[in-house]
Amino acid sequence: MPRSPKPRLGVFKFASCDGCQLSLLDCEDELLAVAGAVEIANFREASSAVADGPYDLALVEGSLTTEHDIALAKEIRESSRFVVAIGACATAGGIQALRNFGDVAAFARAVYARPEYIATLGTSVPISAHIAVDYELRGCPINKLQLLEVISAYLAERAPNVPSESVCVECKRRGTVCVVVARGVPCLGPVTHTGCGALCPSYARGCYGCYGPQDSPNTPALVRRLEQLGMAPPEVVRVFRTFNAGAPAFRAAGDAAERPRAAPETATP
Amino acid sequence: MTERTIAVDYLARVEGEGALKVRIDGRTVRDVELRIFEPPRFFEAFLRGRACTEAPDITARICGICPVAYQMSSCHAIERALGVRVDGALRDLRRVLYCGEWIESHALHIYLLHAPDFLGYPDAIRLAKDHPELVRQGLALKKAGNDLLNVLGGREIHPINVRVGGFYRLPTDEELARLTTTLREAVDLAEATVRLTAGLSFPDVEEPYEFVALRHPEEYPMNEGRLVSSAGVDLDPADFEREFVEEQVPYSHALQCVHRGAGSYHVGPLARYNLNADRLTPRAAAAARAAGLGREVRNPYRSIVVRAVEVVLACEEALRLLERYRAPAAASVPLPERFAGGDGAAITEAPRGILYHRYRLAPDLLIEEAKIVPPTSQNQKRIEDDLRHVVERSLDLDDAALATACEKAVRNYDPCISCATHFLRLDIARS
Repeated sequence: MPRSPKPRLGVFKFASCDGCQLSLLDCEDELLAVAGAVEIANFREASSAVADGPYDLALVEGSLTTEHDIALAKEIRESSRFVVAIGACATAGGIQALRNFGDVAAFARAVYARPEYIATLGTSVPISAHIAVDYELRGCPINKLQLLEVISAYLAERAPNVPSESVCVECKRRGTVCVVVARGVPCLGPVTHTGCGALCPSYARGCYGCYGPQDSPNTPALVRRLEQLGMAPPEVVRVFRTFNAGAPAFRAAGDAAERPRAAPETATP
Repeated sequence: MTERTIAVDYLARVEGEGALKVRIDGRTVRDVELRIFEPPRFFEAFLRGRACTEAPDITARICGICPVAYQMSSCHAIERALGVRVDGALRDLRRVLYCGEWIESHALHIYLLHAPDFLGYPDAIRLAKDHPELVRQGLALKKAGNDLLNVLGGREIHPINVRVGGFYRLPTDEELARLTTTLREAVDLAEATVRLTAGLSFPDVEEPYEFVALRHPEEYPMNEGRLVSSAGVDLDPADFEREFVEEQVPYSHALQCVHRGAGSYHVGPLARYNLNADRLTPRAAAAARAAGLGREVRNPYRSIVVRAVEVVLACEEALRLLERYRAPAAASVPLPERFAGGDGAAITEAPRGILYHRYRLAPDLLIEEAKIVPPTSQNQKRIEDDLRHVVERSLDLDDAALATACEKAVRNYDPCISCATHFLRLDIARS
């Protein structure tokens, strides 16, 4: 697809809280500059002037949970040159992926008196489960400065400079006293992808995994430490089953903690 | 007779997406349906079995626009169940945090989502081409609200510093001094916003709303109070479900809440103002008077002025609380070591209106049952009633103009469709 002289931006939403696309409007100091550098062709949260594709850059928030949304995601892919999935819903299925571990019909009965009116699939999956995604920006919510970096990198035709180290590394660099070592507070920092600025330890709490697993997380080692700190297996399951419950490394860690201890670890399917 | 159908794919400039269907028979409006296609996310179902201390972080994810409201309602409801009372400076800090969300959310709606309707632009970006100073003023005000959220909450979307019992860490004196400076400038911007919105022209419309809001003996309501209405409701928030009931309609994924035996009702800035105008802070009250707002405001389009008055209030209130702030001994109140299990319910005032949470907790502090009624579910039925009146008044407009009029009427409510809805599509069938 040829690139337009002034790149055309589309911002789309599936099952989500709207927070990641709000991040763009939260760039109070940069919003008008961004609006000067791109043509905001389709951003329904912000504008009633909606132009059809093709789009150069599509920012896609939310997870795919209905047949209708899957079809729409395919349309976005066909009409967009570069597709960026933004946030934990779009990159890992979001907190609504907790349904993947349960019975969605039972969930619907718990919330709705007439569950037959509800159109939904049994799973919540990331955008990449159904279409090719060119870049994934992690976080629940995403970091708005990283979003600006992704947009700037696209405009400069270079790769985004978004670090993939652990929260732990960033926390050390900030000089924050380690909450695990100093106070025995459980923390997912060693296995969690950076991006938040190692925020929670700087507020005296343990990381709770908003940005999902880092690239090579040693979750078994962390789980042993969490258990030493007094966490029971159900609590360990829960810490991995939040906003990135569907991310493979967190899913595996939660599933492992859920298995009865006596059972040997076997590789049978 | 000819039948006409109009489809507007999405309602723009609201948080989330939904659809609207209007059926017109001659000059009679038959059906008005606000159709909500937000894929359900089942929060109440997967809260079951989670620790109650996780509820503030989990329920925040219902809405990226008003996460603090979810954190506040969940904390208060769970604290009521546990018999924990958060008072003094911690209570003040929570209120300051809530002020931050009101400022941010209201400034977003006034300048970026709602003002373009009155000034004839499709969005604030194009508005900024002709009136850059106006949009910059709005962004500066919005940023002031976000500064409060950043300092007290850690970040503006899904703050990390809120917990059942209080906070994880208290702000430093230096951080608070910076906020005080920001807020002093923000009050002036907020007053300018009231003047700006008061100068817009509004359709001459009044609706017979039943307003429902919290009312507190001393302050404009945010975190607590009795639940009152203009039709005489006066109850403890724990009794909410006695008077108000959620109904499911086949065309929507959001449950509609109605007042038993009375029908639709109105929550949000207009309701708060009408029921609490005597609790406005001095500069907010003066700004309301100067803007020509009476004791009663029943014109939904004037909600933009009331929102601006509430921004003045939130800035003033945050300043007052920060000026008297003395750091408490601890950042949070400890939770009880022994608990027999039990229920707790609470209502707080989200920017868009009352947000009800109820939890049943087991003795091991796990959630057995959760119920959440967001403001937009409560306004849904009332939005349909307003739309019916808009269509009845505007039957001679062509379909496109009628669709635009309907969208504007919906935006008066600043609906948070992520809380309640998805995909607003307008179909008008005329026969």
